[in-house]
Amino acid sequence: MSYQLENTQRGEKYNTIFSKVSPAQRRNRTARAHWRSRLLLGFYLVLMILPIYWLINMSLQTNSEILGSMTLWPQNLTFDNYIGIFTNSSWYMGYVNSMLYVAMNMLITICVALPAAYAFSRYSFIGDKHLFFWLLTNLMAPPAVFLLPYFQLYYSVGLFDTHIAVALAHCLFNIPLAIWILEGFMSSVPKEIDETAYIDGYSFPRFFVKIFIPMIRSGIGVTLFFLFMFSWVELLLARTLTATDAQPIGMIMTRTSTASGIDWGTLAAAGVLTIIPGILVVYFVRNHIAKGFALGRT
Amino acid sequence: MNNKIPNNRAWLLVLPMLVLVAFSAIIPLMTVVNYSVQDVLGPNATFFTGTEWFKSTLNDPALQAAFLRQISFSLIILAIQIPLGIGIALIMPKRGWQASAVLILITLPLLIPWNVVGSIWQIFTRGDIGLMGWGLRELGVNYNLTRNAGDAWVTIILMDVWHWTPLVAMLCYSGLRSIPEAYYQAARIDRASKWAVFRYIQLPKLTNVLVIAVLLRFMHSFMIYAEPFVLTGGGPGSSTTFLSQSLTTMAIGQQDLGPSAAFSLIYFLVILLVSWVFYTTIMNMQKDKPPHGGA
Repeated sequence: MSYQLENTQRGEKYNTIFSKVSPAQRRNRTARAHWRSRLLLGFYLVLMILPIYWLINMSLQTNSEILGSMTLWPQNLTFDNYIGIFTNSSWYMGYVNSMLYVAMNMLITICVALPAAYAFSRYSFIGDKHLFFWLLTNLMAPPAVFLLPYFQLYYSVGLFDTHIAVALAHCLFNIPLAIWILEGFMSSVPKEIDETAYIDGYSFPRFFVKIFIPMIRSGIGVTLFFLFMFSWVELLLARTLTATDAQPIGMIMTRTSTASGIDWGTLAAAGVLTIIPGILVVYFVRNHIAKGFALGRT
Repeated sequence: MNNKIPNNRAWLLVLPMLVLVAFSAIIPLMTVVNYSVQDVLGPNATFFTGTEWFKSTLNDPALQAAFLRQISFSLIILAIQIPLGIGIALIMPKRGWQASAVLILITLPLLIPWNVVGSIWQIFTRGDIGLMGWGLRELGVNYNLTRNAGDAWVTIILMDVWHWTPLVAMLCYSGLRSIPEAYYQAARIDRASKWAVFRYIQLPKLTNVLVIAVLLRFMHSFMIYAEPFVLTGGGPGSSTTFLSQSLTTMAIGQQDLGPSAAFSLIYFLVILLVSWVFYTTIMNMQKDKPPHGGA
């Protein structure tokens, strides 16, 4: 560290001798560049937030105000749209259904993905590379391809219109994703830890649960975040595999358009409510998320 | 490098996962293969048709048009999102509460259900009640995405850039964070320009994450369904009907089992092929380069 510092100072000196730009000017310049980049970022964030702001804005207005005149913020603040959703079981059950199958999917996926990812990161076995590649191909499968076969498959085994059907269907892309991310995190844990634990007399299950899983806590957290994300946002499969009992909120939202026009206020309020779980989940993993996006391989 | 222990009992650890993925991938895929070579007229009346469905699918002008639209869409959004994502990652704050706040804000669009993304933009772009549609009309721009195909395309691309650039930005941001501070100090001593720092320090370190970003963005954009379906419904006419929507209409709407199964397989194979070619090309290019040392 001190060596680097010394080097920097030497660099400063070198610069002052040979450069026409004084250090003060240069610092000024970097400060200006800093503010310019902050401004640009702020500009992007404002543009990004604008459509979401508009949704929130509309969810706090009555339909007559929405359709009546252009208002940049709600003139008569009303929470009727939200109250309407929370007091109607056919509406709020959509959220319960979505949460249920997402939670089931996260649980199933993490339970089977943890041992599999460990196998891929620690052992070589017959066909391991092919198996891994085949897993990744499932990430590339368009859900539309699987619509019809899924419908028939789940119908024939009597799982149609249940939460578990959607949870299992989402395993198609979530299990490969989880193994991919977890494998990265596990490979960054030194193998010596495993070996020491086995020498100390730990059995594999005990070592795995007591030592290994706590070590990759942040990796598991980030993986769960991604599982939540992809299961929560998917609608095509969820819609096809459900009818009434397990219908996701995204499908119930289509109910707002009726013969007498679209109920914009309720649609907007329902949309805002689908964003909130995402914000909560991302808040919990905010410190590990950067590593997670590189699939644990930084 | 490769010091994994050879152990075939590791299969036992993989087995539960394999059973589940097989149930949700192999069985359905076999059903599709089965349908693609048969003509199903009734419960007990199926005929073997061989490659006929594949030929008719490949020669269907509507599907060819959808395929071209899909390719152009994917190329356009890649050309916009990858540079934009890198740019945003470069100006994101590195530490402090600002970093957390920006991270949470930027990931926000990724966590919105896809059909809600469509709804948000449907509301946002409407001429009567949407900020963007209304604003453009006030400015005198003749903007109407239900009637003008060009407007519909611009809106869908804008929506996708809004929706998915955060993913590219986050990937690049995590790649940038892994560059040791000493590299930047060395560059400062050499009085390297900003561009030189980007070209010779940051970009090489970003290669890996960029490969992932391009692959993910290509795959997802090629499968896009809910957002344009909600926003434009594939219209005006069929100007924004992409492959997934054509397939869903065929399979669920018209119940054409044979042709839609053949279409599914071709669709899947195209994505696999493009991803594989891209990946192997990049990997070969990296192998040809002389090793620079370091990580």
